[in-house]
Amino acid sequence: MYQLCKHRSFISYIDRSREYYAAQGYTKPYEWPCYDDVPFTPLKKPLTKCRIGLVTTAGKPKPPGVVEAIFSPRELYAERSDPPPQALFTDDLFWDKKATHTKDVDSFLPINRLSEYACTGYIGAASTRFYGVPTDYSQKRTLERYAPQILKWCQEDGLDAVILAGL
Amino acid sequence: MCHQTVSLVARYLEEHGLPTVIMGSARDIVEECGVARFIFTDFPLGNPCGKPWDVAMQRSILGAALDILERAWMPRTTIQTPFHWDKDEWRENFMRIDESNREALAREGKLRRQFQDEIKKHR
Repeated sequence: MYQLCKHRSFISYIDRSREYYAAQGYTKPYEWPCYDDVPFTPLKKPLTKCRIGLVTTAGKPKPPGVVEAIFSPRELYAERSDPPPQALFTDDLFWDKKATHTKDVDSFLPINRLSEYACTGYIGAASTRFYGVPTDYSQKRTLERYAPQILKWCQEDGLDAVILAGL
Repeated sequence: MCHQTVSLVARYLEEHGLPTVIMGSARDIVEECGVARFIFTDFPLGNPCGKPWDVAMQRSILGAALDILERAWMPRTTIQTPFHWDKDEWRENFMRIDESNREALAREGKLRRQFQDEIKKHR
């Protein structure tokens, strides 16, 4: 479809969240990370020989009870991929709860789809574990506490590449 | 914030020799941060890997992520998938600010700050 437009078609969440929180009376806008240099590592072997891992920002399923669920801390975790999770906790995350839902895990963490690609031989293997990383306003905590642990798990599991899906 | 988190973790993994690809729907956050590879699907936040229960679409989006892992030769490679959400209202409605909710938003923010102050006092 061809159309003329006055604005970019996709939403700028940086602009929109700044305006939204300003409307809520927050005077200091959040400062997002913007790097000039971007690290890049080429794949070292063909996909058919690669073991691929998954990272999600969704949390492990919480105990029943809304209050307990919301106030229990977000945590870093590694979980077995088999059996795949039937649900993950996303209620405390910032996504469009009016437009959609997260009842199908594969809509935000392609754990079954990746396993299918492994079965067909398109990739060498899917990792035996997937990893959960807490969303955090603190970029320092993400880089100094969470990212090194995710790397350690990737190395333990012998991964060749990682897919990260953000809600 | 989820897109910031995965972007920062992906950068760290790349710096340590592990190839990555991000699947996401907040294009500006990921691209401003700067990542090696990015599969962008222009959907409401929540389903970056395809519509719920749409296995064919999910397979296609993941396939694009796998292909870009192998084929990208330089950082900041973004591929936009060809999928569209059924209706476009979400674009206007998400975090909407207008005369109908301006006062409520201000009140909400004030209450949240009071709540956060109380939590800090009791720490």
